[in-house]
Amino acid sequence: MSNVRRWLMFVLVAALALGLAACTAAPAAPAAEAPAEAAPAEEAAAEAPAAEGAPSGPLEIFSWWTTGGEVEALDAVYAIINERYPEIEIENAALVGGAGQGGAMKALLETRMMGGEPPDSFQVHLGRELIDSHVIADRMEPLDFLFEEEGLNDVFPQDLIDIASYEGHPYSVPINIHRSNMLWYSPEKLAAAGVEAVPTTWDEFFVAADKLKEVGIPAMGLGEADQTMAAHIFESILVSVFGPDDYRGLFDGSIGWDDARVTEALEILNKMFDYVNPDYLSVRQGEMVSAFATDEGVAMFISGDWSHGQLKAMGYTDYSWAPSPGTDGIFIVLSDSFGLPKNAPNRDNAISFLKVVGSREGQDAFNPIKGSIPARVDGDPSLYDEYQLTAMEDFATNTLVPSIQHGAATKQSFILDYDFAINEVAANRDVAKGQAMLVQAAEDAGFGE
Amino acid sequence: MANRTYPTVRVEGERGLAASPATRKRRRPGWLRGEMLIALIVLAPSIFLVAIFIYGFIGWTFYISTVKWDSAVVDYTFVGLKNWQRLFNDARFHSDLRNHLLYAIGFMSQCIVFGFLLAVLLDLRIKGEALFRTIFIFPFAVSGIVTGVAWRWLMQPTTGINLLFAAVGLENFQPSWFVHAKFGMLAVSIAAAWQFTGYVMALYLAGLRGISYELREAAAIDGADSFEIYRYVIIPLLAPVTFVVIVLTGMNSIRIFDLVAAMGGSGPAFATDTLAFNMYQTTFGSYRFSLGAAIGSFMILLSLFLVVPYLRSMRGEVER
Repeated sequence: MSNVRRWLMFVLVAALALGLAACTAAPAAPAAEAPAEAAPAEEAAAEAPAAEGAPSGPLEIFSWWTTGGEVEALDAVYAIINERYPEIEIENAALVGGAGQGGAMKALLETRMMGGEPPDSFQVHLGRELIDSHVIADRMEPLDFLFEEEGLNDVFPQDLIDIASYEGHPYSVPINIHRSNMLWYSPEKLAAAGVEAVPTTWDEFFVAADKLKEVGIPAMGLGEADQTMAAHIFESILVSVFGPDDYRGLFDGSIGWDDARVTEALEILNKMFDYVNPDYLSVRQGEMVSAFATDEGVAMFISGDWSHGQLKAMGYTDYSWAPSPGTDGIFIVLSDSFGLPKNAPNRDNAISFLKVVGSREGQDAFNPIKGSIPARVDGDPSLYDEYQLTAMEDFATNTLVPSIQHGAATKQSFILDYDFAINEVAANRDVAKGQAMLVQAAEDAGFGE
Repeated sequence: MANRTYPTVRVEGERGLAASPATRKRRRPGWLRGEMLIALIVLAPSIFLVAIFIYGFIGWTFYISTVKWDSAVVDYTFVGLKNWQRLFNDARFHSDLRNHLLYAIGFMSQCIVFGFLLAVLLDLRIKGEALFRTIFIFPFAVSGIVTGVAWRWLMQPTTGINLLFAAVGLENFQPSWFVHAKFGMLAVSIAAAWQFTGYVMALYLAGLRGISYELREAAAIDGADSFEIYRYVIIPLLAPVTFVVIVLTGMNSIRIFDLVAAMGGSGPAFATDTLAFNMYQTTFGSYRFSLGAAIGSFMILLSLFLVVPYLRSMRGEVER
């Protein structure tokens, strides 16, 4: 009998131990406790205006920049803040999972925003993502005053300010511009398969892909474990099939997602899966790119130009780039930006941060490392590499269309549904079902209402 | 326990006082009321907290599932069962149900079979029993996220376990594990069973230690061999333990989230999606709070199918 009791005790203790582990796991979210300790600083800041004495105290910045060039680029901005405002203590609250399907960072951010405990500032895609998620919910401060004080209205292109604005007021400061529709390729691998020129249309791509297949090289790289990369590729296919004007129509209700051209685009995507790395369902994008950078793996991949930053950070140089097939002259644009939440615990520090973000110095420190280009038009060309200079030129001359996957074109809930529809095609190769899911997603999103 | 004189007397005295009908009769009803009052006062904070933070919020979640809160802006417009209707017609929800079934089958059977076998082995009073016990139950102390990450690496189709298979000549046996578009959930159940089997073993071991040796002896005298002793004596006597194990693993099968989040997320075409993960993404990814609340409420209803029989059996035991 006593044996039984001892064992039950043992089991109970084990259960308690697990319960404890679960409890301690919950608040492990970085800096969740920051607002509490920052509260006194807020009062102090409110009493002493920013002009008098340097801003001091904590500054919590939320982002999803956790890898390679991203971290280094953000650190470069932080270095300027440390230099200009030595009294500010930066708390870098970075969490993976911001892009696409509402990963960990966005979920935590949403929880804190709703709970009235916002970080001082946070990374958000310029456009519908910020507006639908936080501006309409009345959780952001308009930044007219900052744009005026810092003269930002003159240095950002008007189109970009329009994307950042809701009812005429800008709500975030863009730090960079990224291009979504880029094809990164290894000239060596193409040459090895006898492919002379990088494909400029999807027909040319499939001809080249067949040649690559013969020599055992997967033509296209795909890391679909996160269920986001095929969706990224698909937006560039959509643009290539629809052209810029009709592509925009997909989001204002003028063109339905049951359109035959959506089917056509899905068929191209579905055919492309025959030429990707065979483990595409289980690898993540970063793993696929790492393989590409060790001269193994795939010959080409379509990704935003942040991949340029990642490849640079890895010290890899044997690659080249072109617009993704069928999108020459079109720039699928997305931009990371930072906003000012209402009730930011350290508002003055956040404003100091936003000033640096919008400054020429800040943008010229950030973008050369990140692989992106400045959102300001007065970036110093001597700081940017060959790719970035072409991107800056393309940004100025190409037709700009908003990215779906990266929050510029549509609201967050559509992105998630869109990702799942494309993932369905990637996993089960069922075009009809994928399109049905897209039609449902568009209906739920209420395009054109 | 019974050989030390002084403590034994005291313990028995206390028990006698509490249990014997004679002492109870001697007490006045006022005493009882006083005891009740004290009990109520002592329990009141817990009752209050449980009422608000558990049952109150369950009620609130049910309420949210009947309004039209499907964006970042709070919207309490009543829509009745529209969210539920949407949920029951949702292909993702159908995948979830299928996945939970697959997972429950895989997870429960592995836990019960391996947990029982390990317990039987340990019950043979082998040398170093304490060491093995610790080893077997250790995974239970590891958090689900850690388990998930470790098994994600192990089950990465192009690396991990599959390399071992290839090394021993099984080049053609290269399962895609948790990224399998149909049975990925079974791979998740392997990781979960690895974690939970030790706990099931502890439960069975406690049960085995509670079966008196005389019973086995009697069976042996009656001519039963080892297998028959387990088949006709031990396993039937362990039925209450098995019931507890089924309830515990069943509850785990309903709320599984952390492993899935750490391994493949919703997986290819929702192959490893679960209700909890769906609820999380629907609520915090798509900001469809009402639909998320409907999923949560559905999970509570599903749990009732396990909890109610369990509570009834507990009550039966107490009355017995």
